[in-house]
Amino acid sequence: MINFNLFVLPFFLGLIYVVFAIGRSWYRWIRSLPASDKVRLTTMFRQPRQVLLALGEVCTEALLHRRMWKRNPLLGYMHMSFALGWFLLIVCGNLESRYYSGSHLNAPYYPIFLKFFIHDRLVIFFEVFSVPGFFRFLMDLLLLFVLSGLVLAMVKRKRSKWFGLKRTAEFQLTDVVSLTCLWLIFPMRLLAESFTAGYYGSGGGFLTQSLGNLVMTVMPFTSEYIPYSMWWGYSLVLGLFFITLPYTRYMHIPTEVLLIFFRHAGIRPKKWYSGFSDAEVLACSRCGVCIDVCPLNEAGIVDAQAVYFIRGLRDQYVPESVSRMCLLCGRCQEACPVGLHTDSLRLIKRRELVSGQETDFSWLASAAPGPVALETRHIPRQAEVAYFAGCMSHLTPAVIRSMRRIMDQAGINWVQLDEDGSVCCGRPLMVAGKDTQASQLMEFNKNQVLATGARLLVTSCPICYRVFREDYNLPVRIQHHSQFILDLVKTGKIPLQAHFRKVAYHDPCDLGRGSGVYEAPRELLTKIADLVEVGQDAHNAQCCGGSLGIFTATQEQRNDMAAAALDVLLENQPEVLATACPLCKKTFAKQSPVPVKDIAELVCDAMPNPVYCSASGQSRRAGSYAT
Amino acid sequence: MYKNIIIVGGGIAGMAAAAALSEIGMEVTVLEREKLPGGHVRSWDRLFPTLRAAKEVLDFLNKSLGLLTEIICDIEVGSIVPTPGGYTIHCTNGDIFTTGCLVLATGYDLFDARKKEEYGFGIYENVITSADLEKIFREGNQVTTCGGQVPRRVGIIHCVGSRDEKVGNIYCSKVCCVTGVKQAIEIRQMLPDCEIFSFYMDLRMYDRHFEELYFEAQQKWNVNFIRGRLSECAENPDHSIILKTEDTLTGHPLKLTVDLVVLLVGFVPGSSARKITGSLGLLQGTDGFLLPADEHTAGNRTLLPGVFLAGAVKGPACVVDTIADGRATAVEVYRYMKHSEVAK
Repeated sequence: MINFNLFVLPFFLGLIYVVFAIGRSWYRWIRSLPASDKVRLTTMFRQPRQVLLALGEVCTEALLHRRMWKRNPLLGYMHMSFALGWFLLIVCGNLESRYYSGSHLNAPYYPIFLKFFIHDRLVIFFEVFSVPGFFRFLMDLLLLFVLSGLVLAMVKRKRSKWFGLKRTAEFQLTDVVSLTCLWLIFPMRLLAESFTAGYYGSGGGFLTQSLGNLVMTVMPFTSEYIPYSMWWGYSLVLGLFFITLPYTRYMHIPTEVLLIFFRHAGIRPKKWYSGFSDAEVLACSRCGVCIDVCPLNEAGIVDAQAVYFIRGLRDQYVPESVSRMCLLCGRCQEACPVGLHTDSLRLIKRRELVSGQETDFSWLASAAPGPVALETRHIPRQAEVAYFAGCMSHLTPAVIRSMRRIMDQAGINWVQLDEDGSVCCGRPLMVAGKDTQASQLMEFNKNQVLATGARLLVTSCPICYRVFREDYNLPVRIQHHSQFILDLVKTGKIPLQAHFRKVAYHDPCDLGRGSGVYEAPRELLTKIADLVEVGQDAHNAQCCGGSLGIFTATQEQRNDMAAAALDVLLENQPEVLATACPLCKKTFAKQSPVPVKDIAELVCDAMPNPVYCSASGQSRRAGSYAT
Repeated sequence: MYKNIIIVGGGIAGMAAAAALSEIGMEVTVLEREKLPGGHVRSWDRLFPTLRAAKEVLDFLNKSLGLLTEIICDIEVGSIVPTPGGYTIHCTNGDIFTTGCLVLATGYDLFDARKKEEYGFGIYENVITSADLEKIFREGNQVTTCGGQVPRRVGIIHCVGSRDEKVGNIYCSKVCCVTGVKQAIEIRQMLPDCEIFSFYMDLRMYDRHFEELYFEAQQKWNVNFIRGRLSECAENPDHSIILKTEDTLTGHPLKLTVDLVVLLVGFVPGSSARKITGSLGLLQGTDGFLLPADEHTAGNRTLLPGVFLAGAVKGPACVVDTIADGRATAVEVYRYMKHSEVAK
């Protein structure tokens, strides 16, 4: 018997097309990787351990959707039932078809439409214990599994809140077409298999056979064209889904697999768009998890979230305003179930937007006087610790003063690099995409740090801390002041006396999500205060809205974001709001009903009889001027 | 209908309204939070643009209050609740007043300069506010640095908390420009050897005699006006203050060391007005100050019957305008009471 019928063609052609399209994309992306990344990729495939690890992640993420489960069990189940259910249907269907054909090599459509070709009656009483009976049972169970996910997906469109999503991604026309196809595939399969089983009175499992029998009882039909037309329908929606897949969000299914391999090979985002960026952009499933976590919602901005930005990248049209409308707070990156580097993608786009005519800071490197008389041109004094307060800390002088007192109290030989006139750390330029200009500032600062001979660089600003760590390549240790002060307290160099009640801690984006420093500030604070719980903290902390990363938000929109963050922070009525970033402090201070203090200020307040320090490093005991 | 009129707030707007109402034979009760009436003007020494003593103005208002005015001091209004035919005023000490006609003259608060942390108020001892300087003048003290020395250089900073989107106040406080000019002259009068540097965005000398005062400050008193917004202050070891700014007329960044810095703090909506707005449901502008029924044609009325607004509760205003506004409120109240009586 020849297992072929015309109706398999739409599916078969669609399959050929989608395999070709995916293959072509993968080839292009891999080809456009930088040479070093290509080496990484080939090296990985020589290490079975890495390949296994990658395959493991493919299973846990692309099939089981572990991160989705962590986000919301219902959402996790929905994604898993589609991915794992469909995957197992393919695998089991293949095994089942081998049983019938007796061959390991079957036409690709054969397992898919097996029930069209095979509808023999089983003669065994407990048919589930026979091989074909077991497969019929298993295939129906899997189909039910997928259909349960489909029901959830339909519910989700109306009641997304049950799935932990307040807002979901807006659809494009192509999304609607392929979503309709996807949603039709499994009901069509159910109908085709049931009607066939009903018509022949055999061949189905517990689900399809029962449904088929029911149909035959309720409205008996004699024409075999009724089930046959359903097989046509099933094949058509499959084919259409496959043909549209490369152009819709469902391209994320194959792309995520490649991306996981890329990541396991050690490929990281680059400064410019590459095959890796393509893989990230196409791996976005538009699940919409990033929408709710975005602080821009609080300001009524609903078109610049990561999902829309990435969609824009894919469509090769991102308005400049959308590229610049992002706090770079990293919340979406933290929440993304696919682990996309949303911030890096945004920065790549910003770099592309930079025109050739930008401010030139090359004069900093030369001996000739520049437009600004910079005292810091003088080589700074030698010291053990170099302190870089940062531009933002200059707007919060209480932080700088506290740091000076703390360092004097601990008897440290320190020098402040930006005491009188400073050069920016460079990160504000970097987040604007102006890396060339930033590197000019960085070169200057690097030389300043090296000139002190310091072994430790301490900064008060998490923005500076991050760029010093990530981009400066300095041969000295770098600490944020929360880590530095904690070390001083632990080694007994700073005595602490006072204890504060009810302090809430706000994680600055660049210190927490940006640099992974969550524990040091908390440990330090618990030594001087009772920390109150904050609803969304650490990885999930809200952004204050003051970020330097955003260029197109109005002050009013920023205020709205700050107000929303304050609502969360002050929920448990703290008496003081503590943070570890001068910018967060300034942003909150103007709106907060409770005092906002930097961690350094609190430590300074907790010290008994602090020494009063002067900028030049000469100390004297606190006198009448001390406040 | 209650015959008694209640004015919440015994500052100059409330006093001027009370004086005018009692003069036309209406009974008025003024509720004042402080121990004495007079509001912010009690803290000022001399008033711009004529440099006459603030006390004279207060004395005049006090004398004109008349026999029909009762002033209750040291009493704070907690909430005001609408009742049939009028309003019930609950005070924090438990007293309750009922009235059919209410004038809100709760005024304003001064901007808390600590919110502009980069200017160092509350951190550096040689940074003070314009209100602190008035207090020094009023108490007849010498202007000195925190160490007790006579300052050789004083910096005056305009627009602190006003026209500053970053602190959330986009509006102009109207009186600070000329106050800065006035205080510069007063410092020069007191300390002839002291140099004054005023940092401004632009100087809004909008009212009568203001421009003349500005010219006088430059020509007679050699006050230096530099167009540039202060970026930040830093402190020297000797507690003098380094001002970092830009002279935007020459286009050069500027760093200047001064012995004392005076911050011209602006107006912010009064905390008491905010409380009352909540319980009465009065409208606020985007700036947080209360809105009258119509800003052109009904500047003292509100959309609530029998509730009127007088003075700086509606936004920044100078002494002259506030007194005039208090009197204008009296006319509106009189018209309302007459109509109520006719209706009765």
